[in-house]
Amino acid sequence: MRSDRGQSAPLGLKIAAACGLLFLHLPILLIFVYAFTTEEKSFVWPPPGLTTQWFAVTWNRPDVWEALSLSVRVATISTAIALVLGTLCAAAVSRTKFFGRETISLLVILPIALPGIITGIALRSAFSLADIPFSFWTIVLGHATFCVVVVYNNAVARFRRTSGSMIEASMDLGADGFQTFRHVVLPNIATALLAGGMLAFALSFDEVIVTTFTAGQQQTVPIWMLEELIRPRQRPVTNVVAMVVVLVTLLPILFAYYLTRDGDQIAGSGK
Amino acid sequence: MSVDATMPRATAPAILPGSGGMRGALSDLFWRRPQLLLLLMLLPPVLWLGIVYIGSLFALLAQSFFSIDEFSGLINRQFTLKTYGDLLQAANLDIILRTVTMAALVTVASAIVAFPIAYYAARYARGRWKALFYLGVMLPLWSSYLVKIYAWKLILAKEGILTWLFAKLHVLWLLEAWLALPVVGGNSLSVSFTGTFIVFVYVWLPFMILPVQAALERVPGNLVEASSDLGASPGQTFRNVLFPLALPGIVAGSIFTFSLTLGDYIIPQIIGTSRLFIGQAVYSQQGTAGNIPLAAAFTVVPIVIMGFYLWGAKRMGAFDAL
Repeated sequence: MRSDRGQSAPLGLKIAAACGLLFLHLPILLIFVYAFTTEEKSFVWPPPGLTTQWFAVTWNRPDVWEALSLSVRVATISTAIALVLGTLCAAAVSRTKFFGRETISLLVILPIALPGIITGIALRSAFSLADIPFSFWTIVLGHATFCVVVVYNNAVARFRRTSGSMIEASMDLGADGFQTFRHVVLPNIATALLAGGMLAFALSFDEVIVTTFTAGQQQTVPIWMLEELIRPRQRPVTNVVAMVVVLVTLLPILFAYYLTRDGDQIAGSGK
Repeated sequence: MSVDATMPRATAPAILPGSGGMRGALSDLFWRRPQLLLLLMLLPPVLWLGIVYIGSLFALLAQSFFSIDEFSGLINRQFTLKTYGDLLQAANLDIILRTVTMAALVTVASAIVAFPIAYYAARYARGRWKALFYLGVMLPLWSSYLVKIYAWKLILAKEGILTWLFAKLHVLWLLEAWLALPVVGGNSLSVSFTGTFIVFVYVWLPFMILPVQAALERVPGNLVEASSDLGASPGQTFRNVLFPLALPGIVAGSIFTFSLTLGDYIIPQIIGTSRLFIGQAVYSQQGTAGNIPLAAAFTVVPIVIMGFYLWGAKRMGAFDAL
């Protein structure tokens, strides 16, 4: 649809599109207002007064810090695993044609295509059948599994744009396989990997459904929030944590977009 | 070796000697046998996904053929179809029907809300606006799922912003009349099916916008012009030209909205009535009830439904629009 440059949209369409976008954004903006409210017991609107005291209260809560630290550690290790597995898979699938190639793509996408509850309960029943106790590593196991697809999508898109003749040229000029990887392949895919890694981090940092099945007694930030949502104890603290979570996930997405914006494929479309 | 006079610096031999050491040997081996390299590259991801994921899925499937001993509460590890029989009880069929109806309604509503956004972004937005539209869809998509639900709990609460807005506009009676309706109503919006429905549409909407936009981007603008040149009204152009061409995108988006609604158990738990959805049934069966076989049988329902759905979607060419 490129031929109608300069033509203006009908008013009704403009209004419908604007309303749709407002519908998507206003609820998130509302979180920012509630983080400053003086009201403790209910969600009353408009806020009776504004205060910044809840930021200090939240800062001094050890349970929030513990959840945050666990979430960051899980996301970091899951992202690292996903980066290695996703890149290997993308390199294999994009460079060669082999029997079962379509099956491999399906296998990578499946953990995110099936509802999270299926992944979660499947992992849990496997843990219980194999008598594996819940730990930090059971969380990582689940997260890394569905983070692979994000890295894979970004890397596959970049591999497709990278011409194979560059690798052949490098080999012709006498570089061995490892040198070619280090000096030719890696610089080419680096930004795609960084973008994929950021998105994988954001995905893991935010994941709750699979985590409820694989975490046992430990609390990541989303699990902490879920507890507060079901049994509210400290509404103002929850408001502040919600606002911080929005900001923390916003930055990697904007950065990932910036890294891949001139590409044909777009980061994040694989969530 | 003779050196050509016109190329005085070409002293290197045509074939380089093999580079020495472990590294060189490995590199040469991979060059000679690309299949080996391919195998080594594929092995880690395939092993991981095969063992961790597919293995777990089979473990789950196997459990659905076990049964629970009603007296001791222990799981009897012998093949039986009794658990699937339990699944067909009226209460459980009710849960399945409720979830599928909700998923279908959410899908239709998201398609209706998504279309204008996708159409504007594909046809009219240019340059900076295009980027803005893209981020405008991408940021809500990636914002924290729980924070989004939390935001709606704030909005739909009885003392929240929506009630306030209705009161300001002097139409509070409208909200109260709606809440008094039998199935969709409730004490407040945050404990009604209407609330559940709104939050589902909100949370999955970006998953619908992106594929519809991708499908609309591929519709040549002159098709729309040709249609109006031939005398079609905007409504006719939409029905006979745009909609059929956008349909694969809508079906692709509906895969997400439908599948995600089928499996979700957090949204109906936080915003909704006490009547269960499939996800909640699975969660409570495996958790408090300890009936893992029935929970496993319940998860087979969305898998089967999605299997048929994907088969139908593939026949409509939806996968090309992804």
